Amino acid sequence: MKSLPIEIHKLTCERDQRELFSDLSFSLQGGQVLQVAGPNGSGKTSLLRILAGLLPAVGGDVRYGDASVFAGGGREQWRHSRLFIGHAPAVKANLTAEENLSWLCALSEPVDRQRISDALGQVGLRGFEDVPCHTLSAGQQRRVALARLYLEAHPVWILDEPFTAVDKAGVAALEKHVLDHAEQGGTVILTTHHSLDHIDGLRRLDLGQVA
Amino acid sequence: MRQIVWLLFCREWRLAWRRPGDLLNPLVFFAIVVSLFPLAVGPEPGMLRTMAPGVIWVAALLATLLSLDGMFRSDHEDGSLEQWVLSPHPLSLMVLVKVLHHWLVCGLAMVILAPLFGLMLALPVSVLPVLCLSLLLGTPVLSLLGAVGAALTVGLKGGGVLLALLILPLYIPVLILGTGAIEASLQGMPVAGYALWLGCLAVLSLSLAPVAIAAGLRIGVSE
Repeated sequence: MKSLPIEIHKLTCERDQRELFSDLSFSLQGGQVLQVAGPNGSGKTSLLRILAGLLPAVGGDVRYGDASVFAGGGREQWRHSRLFIGHAPAVKANLTAEENLSWLCALSEPVDRQRISDALGQVGLRGFEDVPCHTLSAGQQRRVALARLYLEAHPVWILDEPFTAVDKAGVAALEKHVLDHAEQGGTVILTTHHSLDHIDGLRRLDLGQVA
Repeated sequence: MRQIVWLLFCREWRLAWRRPGDLLNPLVFFAIVVSLFPLAVGPEPGMLRTMAPGVIWVAALLATLLSLDGMFRSDHEDGSLEQWVLSPHPLSLMVLVKVLHHWLVCGLAMVILAPLFGLMLALPVSVLPVLCLSLLLGTPVLSLLGAVGAALTVGLKGGGVLLALLILPLYIPVLILGTGAIEASLQGMPVAGYALWLGCLAVLSLSLAPVAIAAGLRIGVSE
């Protein structure tokens, strides 16, 4: 579960010929939580998608350990190391919570029923295993997606607005889980409009100012 | 690897059966188009027999096209595709399973229904095996090529018309060979040549299309 250092070097991102940020450089050690902040449209989601490997960067490099995550063996290693949960939670409305999780986890490593049931309990959805997700509220659907954080053993988490539609108690539980993960040596990169200032050792990256 | 293929197949199957309407749409369309023709042009068997290969093939082609638009759309909208792209498993293998599933519920079902419609359009019984064979070899090509178009238009709003424009030219060889085989069989000529060409196209698209589909989806996801 221990994360290798992540090094971001002169990363540049353009969307529709508009530069969102350029020459962005920072590094993260295992055990750190980074909050990417900034106004709407400052490139938070784009940065996270570049880090996840969904969006090609215009320039610059991201290194995980010694290898670049954009090519070759480094990319393979990165694929096994990072977990990305985006704006869209990837929860299928016509599948039950358990079917959704069992498929999403199988994309990296299959897990058994019991563990899925436990993870759903952790996010406050015990007893909802066999309920089709279209009958769940937006917050509950988000919780189904977030249950992956209790199931999959990736050292690096990249979370885009994970707290959207989740109630206060849920956010608190999730913050605790994020901190536990960091304590065990994992790295968390997230965007949120919630204030996380009460977390010790939180690092902030303000994209509005960089640009 | 084998496990992910099986799990994906089960997932697709479940999703399809929970929306049986979507499952039946292309088949109902196929049935309606084919059965309207005898009503419109009259019940004269000679005329129907001449038109049958074209009618059945055009209906199969349009039914496939109709079902393609939604192939990757819902997975793209709810973020599932992102997770596929990020997975360590090869994306081209996963899309191949998805296309295979599409072919089973759309293409294969039409192959099974086709003899019935062949009889309705006054095709002699001896031609029906060729009709089935041509569809059996041709519909996988329709599904695979169509999936390339569906992948390329996945991020576009209302990409249906664009999809048709992109894909229809590629469908034409399949259409010509498919109807050609049935016409040859009607005239008592050998059909092996047509069948081999269709088989060629099937193997070619089976080996190349998954890579193209995966590349298209990667572009769609990065938009």
